[in-house]
Amino acid sequence: MTLTARIRRAIGTHWYAWTMVAPVVLVIGVIIGIPLVRGVYLSLTDANEANVERSIGMNHIPATYHFTGLDNYRAVLTDGVFWDRLGWTVVWTVGCVSLTFLTALALANLLNRRMRGRTFYRLALILPWAIPAFVSVFTWRMLYNEKNGILNKLLAGGGLDAVPWLNDPTWAKLSVIAVNVWLGVPFMLVALLGGLQSIPGELYEAAEMDGAGAWQRFRHITVPGLRAVSGTVILLSTIWTFNMFPVIFLLTRGGPGDATEILVTYAYRLSFVDSPRNFSASATWGMVILAVLALVAVGYRRALRKQGEVW
Amino acid sequence: MARTRSERHWSASVGLHLALVLAAVVAVFPPLWLLVTSFKPKNDAFTTSVVTHFTLDNYTHVLTGTSFLTWFGNSVVVVALTTVIGVFTAATTGYAVSRFRFPGMRPLLWLLLITQMFPVAVLIVPLYNLLASLGLLNQPLGLVLTYLTIAVPFCAWMMKGFFDTIPVEIDEAGRVDGLTPFGTFWRLVLPLARPGLAVTGFYTFVTAWAEVAYASAFMTGEDNLTLAGGLQTFVNQYNNDWGSMTAAAVIIAVPAALVFAFAQRHLVAGLTAGTTKG
Repeated sequence: MTLTARIRRAIGTHWYAWTMVAPVVLVIGVIIGIPLVRGVYLSLTDANEANVERSIGMNHIPATYHFTGLDNYRAVLTDGVFWDRLGWTVVWTVGCVSLTFLTALALANLLNRRMRGRTFYRLALILPWAIPAFVSVFTWRMLYNEKNGILNKLLAGGGLDAVPWLNDPTWAKLSVIAVNVWLGVPFMLVALLGGLQSIPGELYEAAEMDGAGAWQRFRHITVPGLRAVSGTVILLSTIWTFNMFPVIFLLTRGGPGDATEILVTYAYRLSFVDSPRNFSASATWGMVILAVLALVAVGYRRALRKQGEVW
Repeated sequence: MARTRSERHWSASVGLHLALVLAAVVAVFPPLWLLVTSFKPKNDAFTTSVVTHFTLDNYTHVLTGTSFLTWFGNSVVVVALTTVIGVFTAATTGYAVSRFRFPGMRPLLWLLLITQMFPVAVLIVPLYNLLASLGLLNQPLGLVLTYLTIAVPFCAWMMKGFFDTIPVEIDEAGRVDGLTPFGTFWRLVLPLARPGLAVTGFYTFVTAWAEVAYASAFMTGEDNLTLAGGLQTFVNQYNNDWGSMTAAAVIIAVPAALVFAFAQRHLVAGLTAGTTKG
Protein backbone atom coordinates (compact mmCIF):
# COMPACT_ATOMS: atom_id res chain seq x y z
CA MET A 1 0.00 0.00 0.00
CA THR A 2 1.36 3.43 -0.89
CA LEU A 3 1.79 6.15 1.65
CA THR A 4 -1.00 8.34 0.28
CA ALA A 5 -3.39 5.42 0.23
CA ARG A 6 -2.47 4.63 3.79
CA ILE A 7 -3.04 8.23 4.87
CA ARG A 8 -6.35 8.29 3.04
CA ARG A 9 -7.40 5.11 4.82
CA ALA A 10 -6.34 6.49 8.19
CA ILE A 11 -8.39 9.61 7.57
CA GLY A 12 -11.34 7.47 6.51
CA THR A 13 -11.28 5.42 9.72
CA HIS A 14 -10.31 8.06 12.20
CA TRP A 15 -11.67 11.35 10.88
CA TYR A 16 -14.50 11.58 13.38
CA ALA A 17 -12.24 10.92 16.34
CA TRP A 18 -9.83 13.52 15.07
CA THR A 19 -12.63 16.03 14.48
CA MET A 20 -13.84 15.56 18.03
CA VAL A 21 -10.45 16.27 19.57
CA ALA A 22 -9.49 18.97 17.07
CA PRO A 23 -10.86 22.01 18.96
CA VAL A 24 -8.96 21.11 22.12
CA VAL A 25 -5.75 20.35 20.27
CA LEU A 26 -6.07 23.58 18.32
CA VAL A 27 -6.71 25.81 21.34
CA ILE A 28 -3.97 24.15 23.40
CA GLY A 29 -1.60 24.33 20.45
CA VAL A 30 -2.13 28.04 19.90
CA ILE A 31 -2.56 29.29 23.46
CA ILE A 32 0.07 27.07 25.05
CA GLY A 33 2.23 25.84 22.18
CA ILE A 34 3.17 29.22 20.69
CA PRO A 35 3.87 30.94 24.02
CA LEU A 36 5.83 27.91 25.15
CA VAL A 37 8.08 27.97 22.10
CA ARG A 38 8.55 31.69 22.60
CA GLY A 39 9.24 31.13 26.29
CA VAL A 40 11.97 28.61 25.43
CA TYR A 41 13.44 31.12 23.01
CA LEU A 42 13.32 33.97 25.56
CA SER A 43 15.08 31.80 28.12
CA LEU A 44 18.02 31.54 25.73
CA THR A 45 18.38 35.31 25.35
CA ASP A 46 19.10 38.30 27.56
CA ALA A 47 15.74 39.99 26.93
CA ASN A 48 14.54 42.46 29.52
CA GLU A 49 12.39 45.55 29.68
CA ALA A 50 15.14 47.75 28.27
CA ASN A 51 15.91 45.85 25.08
CA VAL A 52 12.69 44.24 23.83
CA GLU A 53 10.67 45.55 20.92
CA ARG A 54 8.47 48.38 22.08
CA SER A 55 6.75 51.58 21.06
CA ILE A 56 7.19 54.83 22.92
CA GLY A 57 4.77 57.36 21.55
CA MET A 58 5.28 57.39 17.79
CA ASN A 59 8.72 55.82 17.93
CA HIS A 60 9.06 52.15 17.34
CA ILE A 61 12.18 50.71 18.91
CA PRO A 62 13.27 47.34 17.54
CA ALA A 63 14.45 44.55 19.79
CA THR A 64 18.16 44.58 20.61
CA TYR A 65 18.51 41.52 22.82
CA HIS A 66 20.88 38.73 21.94
CA PHE A 67 20.99 35.02 21.91
CA THR A 68 23.05 33.94 24.91
CA GLY A 69 22.76 30.17 24.81
CA LEU A 70 22.47 28.44 28.15
CA ASP A 71 23.87 31.33 30.20
CA ASN A 72 20.55 31.96 31.95
CA TYR A 73 20.25 28.35 32.99
CA ARG A 74 23.80 28.35 34.30
CA ALA A 75 23.07 31.53 36.24
CA VAL A 76 19.87 30.17 37.77
CA LEU A 77 21.29 26.80 38.76
CA THR A 78 24.40 28.26 40.36
CA ASP A 79 22.38 30.91 42.20
CA GLY A 80 21.69 30.27 45.88
CA VAL A 81 18.32 32.01 45.56
CA PHE A 82 17.02 29.30 43.27
CA TRP A 83 17.96 26.46 45.62
CA ASP A 84 16.47 28.35 48.59
CA ARG A 85 13.20 28.88 46.75
CA LEU A 86 13.19 25.28 45.50
CA GLY A 87 13.70 24.05 49.06
CA TRP A 88 10.77 26.06 50.39
CA THR A 89 8.61 25.14 47.38
CA VAL A 90 9.22 21.45 48.12
CA VAL A 91 8.41 21.93 51.82
CA TRP A 92 5.30 23.90 50.86
CA THR A 93 4.13 21.28 48.35
CA VAL A 94 4.82 18.23 50.50
CA GLY A 95 3.39 19.95 53.59
CA CYS A 96 0.23 21.10 51.88
CA VAL A 97 -0.46 17.88 49.97
CA SER A 98 0.17 15.54 52.89
CA LEU A 99 -1.81 17.63 55.40
CA THR A 100 -4.66 18.07 52.93
CA PHE A 101 -4.72 14.39 52.09
CA LEU A 102 -4.57 13.16 55.69
CA THR A 103 -7.23 15.61 56.85
CA ALA A 104 -9.49 14.70 53.96
CA LEU A 105 -8.92 10.98 54.52
CA ALA A 106 -9.80 11.27 58.20
CA LEU A 107 -12.90 13.35 57.52
CA ALA A 108 -14.04 11.09 54.67
CA ASN A 109 -13.83 8.09 56.99
CA LEU A 110 -15.77 9.91 59.69
CA LEU A 111 -18.44 10.96 57.20
CA ASN A 112 -18.83 7.64 55.48
CA ARG A 113 -21.21 6.11 58.01
CA ARG A 114 -24.76 6.31 59.20
CA MET A 115 -25.25 9.12 61.65
CA ARG A 116 -27.34 12.12 62.48
CA GLY A 117 -26.49 15.33 60.64
CA ARG A 118 -24.46 13.65 57.94
CA THR A 119 -25.74 15.88 55.13
CA PHE A 120 -25.16 18.98 57.21
CA TYR A 121 -21.56 18.02 57.98
CA ARG A 122 -20.88 17.18 54.37
CA LEU A 123 -22.21 20.49 53.12
CA ALA A 124 -20.33 22.44 55.78
CA LEU A 125 -17.07 20.67 55.01
CA ILE A 126 -17.18 21.27 51.27
CA LEU A 127 -18.33 24.88 51.65
CA PRO A 128 -14.80 26.32 51.14
CA TRP A 129 -14.91 24.88 47.65
CA ALA A 130 -18.04 26.80 46.77
CA ILE A 131 -16.37 30.15 47.35
CA PRO A 132 -13.93 31.58 44.79
CA ALA A 133 -10.39 31.12 46.08
CA PHE A 134 -9.43 34.78 45.84
CA VAL A 135 -12.43 35.74 47.98
CA SER A 136 -11.38 33.21 50.61
CA VAL A 137 -7.79 34.36 50.50
CA PHE A 138 -8.87 37.96 51.11
CA THR A 139 -11.03 36.79 53.96
CA TRP A 140 -8.09 34.99 55.52
CA ARG A 141 -5.97 38.10 55.15
CA MET A 142 -8.59 39.92 57.15
CA LEU A 143 -8.65 37.20 59.83
CA TYR A 144 -4.84 37.15 60.00
CA ASN A 145 -4.55 40.96 60.31
CA GLU A 146 -1.98 41.41 63.07
CA LYS A 147 -3.44 44.40 64.89
CA ASN A 148 -7.13 43.98 64.32
CA GLY A 149 -7.75 40.51 62.94
CA ILE A 150 -10.22 38.31 64.75
CA LEU A 151 -7.65 35.57 65.37
CA ASN A 152 -5.43 37.86 67.42
CA LYS A 153 -8.46 39.43 69.12
CA LEU A 154 -9.50 35.94 70.22
CA LEU A 155 -6.00 35.18 71.45
CA ALA A 156 -5.97 38.45 73.37
CA GLY A 157 -9.30 37.46 74.91
CA GLY A 158 -7.59 34.31 76.16
CA GLY A 159 -4.72 36.41 77.53
CA LEU A 160 -2.28 35.35 74.81
CA ASP A 161 0.13 37.54 72.87
CA ALA A 162 -0.68 38.58 69.33
CA VAL A 163 0.78 36.29 66.70
CA PRO A 164 2.42 37.99 63.67
CA TRP A 165 0.55 35.63 61.30
CA LEU A 166 1.85 37.10 58.09
CA ASN A 167 4.70 39.31 59.28
CA ASP A 168 7.11 36.78 60.75
CA PRO A 169 8.87 34.45 58.27
CA THR A 170 8.08 31.24 60.16
CA TRP A 171 4.50 32.16 61.07
CA ALA A 172 3.89 33.37 57.51
CA LYS A 173 4.97 29.99 56.17
CA LEU A 174 2.63 28.17 58.53
CA SER A 175 -0.19 30.60 57.74
CA VAL A 176 -0.01 30.19 53.97
CA ILE A 177 0.10 26.40 54.34
CA ALA A 178 -2.95 26.52 56.63
CA VAL A 179 -4.94 28.55 54.10
CA ASN A 180 -3.98 26.25 51.25
CA VAL A 181 -4.99 23.17 53.23
CA TRP A 182 -8.27 24.86 54.10
CA LEU A 183 -8.86 25.50 50.40
CA GLY A 184 -7.76 22.05 49.26
CA VAL A 185 -9.53 19.69 51.67
CA PRO A 186 -13.01 19.82 50.04
CA PHE A 187 -11.78 18.57 46.66
CA MET A 188 -9.88 15.67 48.23
CA LEU A 189 -12.73 14.95 50.60
CA VAL A 190 -15.24 14.63 47.79
CA ALA A 191 -12.93 12.45 45.71
CA LEU A 192 -12.14 10.18 48.67
CA LEU A 193 -15.79 9.93 49.71
CA GLY A 194 -16.53 8.73 46.20
CA GLY A 195 -13.72 6.22 46.52
CA LEU A 196 -15.01 4.98 49.87
CA GLN A 197 -18.50 4.52 48.52
CA SER A 198 -17.22 2.33 45.72
CA ILE A 199 -15.78 -0.18 48.23
CA PRO A 200 -18.35 -2.97 48.68
CA GLY A 201 -19.80 -3.04 52.20
CA GLU A 202 -19.66 -6.85 52.27
CA LEU A 203 -15.88 -6.66 52.51
CA TYR A 204 -16.18 -4.85 55.83
CA GLU A 205 -18.86 -7.21 57.10
CA ALA A 206 -16.78 -10.25 56.22
CA ALA A 207 -13.71 -8.74 57.89
CA GLU A 208 -15.69 -7.89 61.00
CA MET A 209 -17.00 -11.44 61.18
CA ASP A 210 -13.45 -12.70 60.97
CA GLY A 211 -12.64 -10.54 63.98
CA ALA A 212 -10.69 -7.76 62.28
CA GLY A 213 -10.49 -4.58 64.35
CA ALA A 214 -11.21 -1.10 63.09
CA TRP A 215 -7.56 -0.40 62.33
CA GLN A 216 -7.11 -3.70 60.49
CA ARG A 217 -10.22 -3.03 58.41
CA PHE A 218 -8.87 0.40 57.55
CA ARG A 219 -5.42 -0.93 56.76
CA HIS A 220 -6.44 -3.92 54.67
CA ILE A 221 -9.70 -2.84 53.02
CA THR A 222 -9.96 0.95 52.98
CA VAL A 223 -6.39 1.78 52.01
CA PRO A 224 -6.16 -0.63 49.06
CA GLY A 225 -9.69 0.33 47.98
CA LEU A 226 -8.71 3.97 47.81
CA ARG A 227 -5.43 3.46 46.00
CA ALA A 228 -6.68 4.37 42.53
CA VAL A 229 -8.45 7.54 43.61
CA SER A 230 -5.60 8.63 45.88
CA GLY A 231 -3.05 8.07 43.16
CA THR A 232 -4.74 10.52 40.84
CA VAL A 233 -5.74 13.18 43.36
CA ILE A 234 -2.31 13.24 44.99
CA LEU A 235 -0.57 13.75 41.65
CA LEU A 236 -3.01 16.48 40.60
CA SER A 237 -2.83 18.15 43.96
CA THR A 238 0.97 18.07 43.91
CA ILE A 239 1.07 19.78 40.54
CA TRP A 240 -1.54 22.38 41.53
CA THR A 241 0.13 23.16 44.85
CA PHE A 242 3.58 23.43 43.32
CA ASN A 243 2.19 26.14 41.04
CA MET A 244 -0.27 27.65 43.52
CA PHE A 245 0.05 31.27 42.55
CA PRO A 246 -3.01 33.05 44.02
CA VAL A 247 -2.72 31.92 47.64
CA ILE A 248 0.81 33.17 48.11
CA PHE A 249 0.54 36.17 45.82
CA LEU A 250 -2.64 37.53 47.40
CA LEU A 251 -1.84 36.59 50.98
CA THR A 252 1.77 37.70 51.41
CA ARG A 253 3.08 38.77 47.97
CA GLY A 254 5.89 36.33 48.79
CA GLY A 255 6.86 38.22 51.91
CA PRO A 256 7.94 39.00 54.51
CA GLY A 257 11.18 39.46 52.58
CA ASP A 258 10.98 36.47 50.29
CA ALA A 259 10.13 33.98 53.04
CA THR A 260 7.01 32.56 51.38
CA GLU A 261 8.08 33.09 47.78
CA ILE A 262 7.67 29.83 45.84
CA LEU A 263 9.23 29.28 42.42
CA VAL A 264 6.16 30.43 40.50
CA THR A 265 5.61 33.67 42.38
CA TYR A 266 9.32 34.42 42.14
CA ALA A 267 9.25 33.96 38.37
CA TYR A 268 6.19 36.22 38.18
CA ARG A 269 7.97 38.81 40.28
CA LEU A 270 10.95 38.81 37.89
CA SER A 271 8.81 39.80 34.93
CA PHE A 272 5.94 41.81 36.46
CA VAL A 273 7.03 43.31 39.78
CA ASP A 274 10.79 43.90 39.74
CA SER A 275 12.25 46.74 37.76
CA PRO A 276 13.69 46.45 35.16
CA ARG A 277 11.40 43.58 34.21
CA ASN A 278 13.62 40.64 33.42
CA PHE A 279 11.78 38.54 30.83
CA SER A 280 14.56 36.11 30.03
CA ALA A 281 15.29 35.20 33.64
CA SER A 282 11.57 34.78 34.29
CA ALA A 283 11.24 32.49 31.27
CA THR A 284 14.26 30.47 32.45
CA TRP A 285 12.72 29.99 35.89
CA GLY A 286 9.50 28.88 34.21
CA MET A 287 11.32 26.28 32.13
CA VAL A 288 13.15 24.93 35.16
CA ILE A 289 9.83 24.67 37.05
CA LEU A 290 8.38 22.76 34.15
CA ALA A 291 11.33 20.38 34.10
CA VAL A 292 11.05 19.72 37.85
CA LEU A 293 7.33 18.95 37.54
CA ALA A 294 7.82 16.69 34.55
CA LEU A 295 10.41 14.70 36.54
CA VAL A 296 8.01 14.42 39.48
CA ALA A 297 5.18 13.20 37.24
CA VAL A 298 7.33 10.61 35.50
CA GLY A 299 8.79 9.37 38.78
CA TYR A 300 5.34 9.19 40.36
CA ARG A 301 3.93 7.26 37.44
CA ARG A 302 6.78 4.80 37.61
CA ALA A 303 6.24 4.32 41.34
CA LEU A 304 2.53 3.64 40.77
CA ARG A 305 3.37 1.16 38.04
CA LYS A 306 5.63 -0.77 40.38
CA GLN A 307 2.68 -1.22 42.70
CA GLY A 308 0.81 -2.80 39.81
CA GLU A 309 -1.25 0.19 38.73
CA VAL A 310 -1.81 0.51 35.01
CA TRP A 311 -2.02 4.17 34.28
CA MET B 1 -23.23 3.99 53.35
CA ALA B 2 -24.71 0.59 52.68
CA ARG B 3 -22.48 -0.63 55.45
CA THR B 4 -24.26 -1.89 58.54
CA ARG B 5 -22.07 -1.75 61.58
CA SER B 6 -22.55 -3.03 65.04
CA GLU B 7 -23.87 -0.35 67.39
CA ARG B 8 -21.38 2.37 68.18
CA HIS B 9 -20.49 2.96 71.77
CA TRP B 10 -21.85 6.31 73.00
CA SER B 11 -18.34 7.63 73.67
CA ALA B 12 -17.32 6.87 70.11
CA SER B 13 -20.39 8.75 68.93
CA VAL B 14 -19.49 11.80 71.00
CA GLY B 15 -15.93 11.75 69.70
CA LEU B 16 -17.16 11.41 66.12
CA HIS B 17 -19.50 14.37 66.41
CA LEU B 18 -16.94 16.46 68.27
CA ALA B 19 -14.37 15.95 65.52
CA LEU B 20 -16.87 16.74 62.79
CA VAL B 21 -18.24 19.80 64.57
CA LEU B 22 -14.72 21.12 65.03
CA ALA B 23 -13.89 20.57 61.36
CA ALA B 24 -17.18 22.12 60.28
CA VAL B 25 -16.53 25.22 62.39
CA VAL B 26 -13.08 25.66 60.84
CA ALA B 27 -14.55 25.24 57.37
CA VAL B 28 -17.52 27.55 57.86
CA PHE B 29 -16.09 30.27 60.08
CA PRO B 30 -14.12 32.36 57.53
CA PRO B 31 -16.96 32.74 55.02
CA LEU B 32 -19.42 33.32 57.84
CA TRP B 33 -17.24 36.03 59.34
CA LEU B 34 -16.95 37.64 55.92
CA LEU B 35 -20.73 37.75 55.73
CA VAL B 36 -21.04 39.20 59.24
CA THR B 37 -18.41 41.84 58.58
CA SER B 38 -20.08 42.96 55.37
CA PHE B 39 -23.09 44.16 57.39
CA LYS B 40 -21.00 46.26 59.76
CA PRO B 41 -20.33 49.96 59.30
CA LYS B 42 -16.99 50.59 57.62
CA ASN B 43 -15.21 51.63 60.82
CA ASP B 44 -16.33 48.56 62.70
CA ALA B 45 -14.92 46.14 60.12
CA PHE B 46 -12.35 44.80 62.55
CA THR B 47 -14.39 44.59 65.73
CA THR B 48 -14.92 41.17 67.21
CA SER B 49 -18.52 41.77 68.13
CA VAL B 50 -21.25 40.39 65.93
CA VAL B 51 -23.09 43.19 64.12
CA THR B 52 -24.15 45.93 66.53
CA HIS B 53 -25.10 48.55 63.97
CA PHE B 54 -26.60 46.61 61.11
CA THR B 55 -26.14 48.47 57.83
CA LEU B 56 -26.29 47.87 54.11
CA ASP B 57 -23.97 50.83 53.41
CA ASN B 58 -21.16 48.61 52.15
CA TYR B 59 -23.47 47.02 49.62
CA THR B 60 -24.96 50.31 48.43
CA HIS B 61 -21.50 51.79 48.10
CA VAL B 62 -20.17 48.82 46.13
CA LEU B 63 -23.18 48.68 43.81
CA THR B 64 -23.58 52.41 43.17
CA GLY B 65 -20.26 54.06 44.02
CA THR B 66 -17.86 51.74 42.17
CA SER B 67 -17.56 49.98 38.82
CA PHE B 68 -18.48 46.72 40.49
CA LEU B 69 -21.47 46.03 38.24
CA THR B 70 -19.33 46.50 35.12
CA TRP B 71 -16.78 44.02 36.47
CA PHE B 72 -19.55 41.64 37.36
CA GLY B 73 -20.92 41.86 33.81
CA ASN B 74 -17.45 41.28 32.33
CA SER B 75 -16.97 38.24 34.50
CA VAL B 76 -20.36 36.82 33.60
CA VAL B 77 -19.62 37.10 29.87
CA VAL B 78 -16.19 35.48 30.21
CA VAL B 79 -17.40 32.73 32.52
CA ALA B 80 -20.53 31.88 30.53
CA LEU B 81 -18.60 31.55 27.28
CA THR B 82 -15.85 29.53 28.95
CA THR B 83 -18.32 27.17 30.59
CA VAL B 84 -20.39 26.49 27.48
CA ILE B 85 -17.45 26.03 25.13
CA GLY B 86 -15.40 24.22 27.78
CA VAL B 87 -18.03 21.64 28.63
CA PHE B 88 -18.75 20.93 25.00
CA THR B 89 -15.14 20.49 23.92
CA ALA B 90 -14.28 18.50 27.05
CA ALA B 91 -17.19 16.19 26.26
CA THR B 92 -16.22 15.60 22.63
CA THR B 93 -12.57 15.07 23.57
CA GLY B 94 -13.46 12.80 26.47
CA TYR B 95 -15.77 10.79 24.24
CA ALA B 96 -13.18 10.41 21.50
CA VAL B 97 -10.48 9.13 23.86
CA SER B 98 -12.95 6.89 25.67
CA ARG B 99 -14.44 5.20 22.60
CA PHE B 100 -11.98 5.32 19.74
CA ARG B 101 -8.48 3.99 19.38
CA PHE B 102 -6.89 6.43 17.00
CA PRO B 103 -3.33 7.43 16.14
CA GLY B 104 -2.30 10.29 18.41
CA MET B 105 -4.47 9.21 21.33
CA ARG B 106 -1.71 8.44 23.83
CA PRO B 107 0.19 11.66 23.09
CA LEU B 108 -3.11 13.52 23.50
CA LEU B 109 -3.71 11.99 26.94
CA TRP B 110 -0.20 12.99 27.94
CA LEU B 111 -0.73 16.46 26.53
CA LEU B 112 -3.84 16.86 28.66
CA LEU B 113 -1.89 15.88 31.76
CA ILE B 114 1.14 17.99 30.94
CA THR B 115 -0.84 21.17 30.32
CA GLN B 116 -1.85 20.91 33.99
CA MET B 117 1.78 21.46 34.88
CA PHE B 118 2.30 24.69 33.02
CA PRO B 119 3.05 27.33 35.55
CA VAL B 120 1.33 30.63 34.93
CA ALA B 121 4.74 32.28 35.08
CA VAL B 122 6.08 30.49 31.99
CA LEU B 123 3.21 31.42 29.77
CA ILE B 124 2.05 34.75 30.99
CA VAL B 125 4.60 37.00 29.24
CA PRO B 126 4.61 35.25 25.85
CA LEU B 127 0.84 34.83 26.04
CA TYR B 128 0.47 38.53 26.74
CA ASN B 129 2.49 39.27 23.60
CA LEU B 130 0.50 36.75 21.58
CA LEU B 131 -2.86 38.16 22.64
CA ALA B 132 -1.58 41.67 21.99
CA SER B 133 -0.64 40.77 18.43
CA LEU B 134 -4.01 39.09 17.90
CA GLY B 135 -5.74 42.18 19.27
CA LEU B 136 -7.31 40.15 22.08
CA LEU B 137 -6.04 42.07 25.11
CA ASN B 138 -8.87 43.59 27.11
CA GLN B 139 -11.24 41.40 25.11
CA PRO B 140 -13.35 38.73 26.83
CA LEU B 141 -12.41 36.29 24.07
CA GLY B 142 -8.73 36.44 25.03
CA LEU B 143 -9.51 35.40 28.59
CA VAL B 144 -11.99 32.76 27.42
CA LEU B 145 -9.34 31.07 25.26
CA THR B 146 -6.84 31.18 28.10
CA TYR B 147 -9.29 29.73 30.61
CA LEU B 148 -10.20 26.93 28.23
CA THR B 149 -6.61 25.74 28.30
CA ILE B 150 -6.75 25.63 32.10
CA ALA B 151 -10.12 23.95 32.54
CA VAL B 152 -10.56 21.68 29.53
CA PRO B 153 -7.67 19.23 30.06
CA PHE B 154 -8.89 18.17 33.51
CA CYS B 155 -12.53 18.17 32.38
CA ALA B 156 -11.69 15.98 29.41
CA TRP B 157 -10.10 13.47 31.81
CA MET B 158 -13.22 13.50 33.95
CA MET B 159 -15.51 13.09 30.97
CA LYS B 160 -13.41 10.18 29.70
CA GLY B 161 -13.89 8.45 33.04
CA PHE B 162 -17.59 9.12 32.78
CA PHE B 163 -18.01 7.80 29.26
CA ASP B 164 -16.01 4.71 30.24
CA THR B 165 -18.83 3.82 32.65
CA ILE B 166 -21.48 3.99 29.91
CA PRO B 167 -21.80 0.60 28.15
CA VAL B 168 -20.44 0.50 24.61
CA GLU B 169 -23.53 -1.50 23.59
CA ILE B 170 -25.47 1.76 23.59
CA ASP B 171 -23.15 3.19 20.94
CA GLU B 172 -23.37 0.00 18.94
CA ALA B 173 -27.16 0.06 19.05
CA GLY B 174 -27.09 3.64 17.78
CA ARG B 175 -24.79 2.71 14.93
CA VAL B 176 -26.98 -0.22 13.97
CA ASP B 177 -29.94 2.16 13.83
CA GLY B 178 -28.01 4.22 11.31
CA LEU B 179 -26.80 7.10 13.46
CA THR B 180 -23.46 8.70 12.61
CA PRO B 181 -20.74 8.66 15.28
CA PHE B 182 -21.66 12.26 16.06
CA GLY B 183 -25.35 11.44 16.20
CA THR B 184 -24.66 8.59 18.62
CA PHE B 185 -22.63 10.88 20.79
CA TRP B 186 -25.10 13.76 20.71
CA ARG B 187 -28.40 11.90 21.00
CA LEU B 188 -27.61 8.76 23.00
CA VAL B 189 -24.44 9.06 25.04
CA LEU B 190 -24.40 12.72 26.02
CA PRO B 191 -27.82 12.64 27.73
CA LEU B 192 -26.65 9.67 29.81
CA ALA B 193 -23.57 11.58 30.88
CA ARG B 194 -25.56 14.44 32.38
CA PRO B 195 -24.02 14.11 35.87
CA GLY B 196 -20.59 14.29 34.28
CA LEU B 197 -21.60 17.42 32.39
CA ALA B 198 -22.79 18.96 35.64
CA VAL B 199 -19.44 18.30 37.27
CA THR B 200 -17.36 19.59 34.37
CA GLY B 201 -19.63 22.61 34.09
CA PHE B 202 -19.18 23.33 37.76
CA TYR B 203 -15.43 22.88 37.58
CA THR B 204 -15.08 25.14 34.53
CA PHE B 205 -17.30 27.76 36.11
CA VAL B 206 -15.33 27.84 39.35
CA THR B 207 -11.99 27.90 37.54
CA ALA B 208 -12.96 30.84 35.37
CA TRP B 209 -14.85 32.71 38.09
CA ALA B 210 -11.89 32.54 40.47
CA GLU B 211 -8.85 32.98 38.23
CA VAL B 212 -6.55 35.82 39.29
CA ALA B 213 -3.19 35.91 37.53
CA TYR B 214 -4.22 36.05 33.87
CA ALA B 215 -7.20 38.25 34.61
CA SER B 216 -5.04 40.86 36.35
CA ALA B 217 -2.40 40.80 33.62
CA PHE B 218 -4.61 40.79 30.51
CA MET B 219 -7.49 43.02 31.53
CA THR B 220 -6.57 46.57 32.40
CA GLY B 221 -8.49 49.78 32.81
CA GLU B 222 -11.42 50.22 35.16
CA ASP B 223 -14.00 49.16 32.55
CA ASN B 224 -12.33 45.96 31.44
CA LEU B 225 -11.55 44.39 34.80
CA THR B 226 -13.17 41.16 35.83
CA LEU B 227 -14.12 40.53 39.45
CA ALA B 228 -10.78 39.04 40.48
CA GLY B 229 -8.97 42.16 39.34
CA GLY B 230 -11.65 44.51 40.61
CA LEU B 231 -11.63 43.12 44.12
CA GLN B 232 -7.90 43.79 44.39
CA THR B 233 -8.47 47.51 43.84
CA PHE B 234 -10.44 47.77 47.10
CA VAL B 235 -7.64 46.64 49.37
CA ASN B 236 -4.62 47.95 47.53
CA GLN B 237 -5.18 51.47 46.35
CA TYR B 238 -8.19 52.89 48.12
CA ASN B 239 -6.62 52.85 51.59
CA ASN B 240 -7.71 49.38 52.65
CA ASP B 241 -11.43 49.62 52.13
CA TRP B 242 -12.24 46.36 53.90
CA GLY B 243 -15.92 47.27 54.19
CA SER B 244 -16.47 47.42 50.43
CA MET B 245 -14.20 44.42 49.99
CA THR B 246 -16.36 42.24 52.22
CA ALA B 247 -19.60 43.30 50.54
CA ALA B 248 -18.16 42.76 47.06
CA ALA B 249 -16.74 39.41 48.13
CA VAL B 250 -20.14 38.26 49.39
CA ILE B 251 -21.82 39.25 46.13
CA ILE B 252 -19.10 37.42 44.17
CA ALA B 253 -19.47 34.29 46.28
CA VAL B 254 -23.26 34.03 45.87
CA PRO B 255 -23.41 32.87 42.21
CA ALA B 256 -20.54 30.46 42.84
CA ALA B 257 -22.36 29.01 45.84
CA LEU B 258 -25.58 28.67 43.83
CA VAL B 259 -23.87 26.83 40.99
CA PHE B 260 -22.17 24.69 43.59
CA ALA B 261 -25.45 23.83 45.32
CA PHE B 262 -26.84 22.79 41.97
CA ALA B 263 -23.87 20.62 41.04
CA GLN B 264 -22.92 19.15 44.40
CA ARG B 265 -25.38 16.24 44.13
CA HIS B 266 -23.37 14.99 41.18
CA LEU B 267 -19.93 15.82 42.51
CA VAL B 268 -19.18 12.56 44.26
CA ALA B 269 -20.24 10.37 41.37
CA GLY B 270 -18.57 12.65 38.84
CA LEU B 271 -15.22 12.90 40.49
CA THR B 272 -15.05 9.20 41.23
CA ALA B 273 -15.62 8.32 37.62
CA GLY B 274 -13.08 10.92 36.59
CA THR B 275 -10.32 10.12 39.00
CA THR B 276 -10.37 6.34 39.06
CA LYS B 277 -9.63 6.27 35.32
CA GLY B 278 -11.00 3.56 33.03
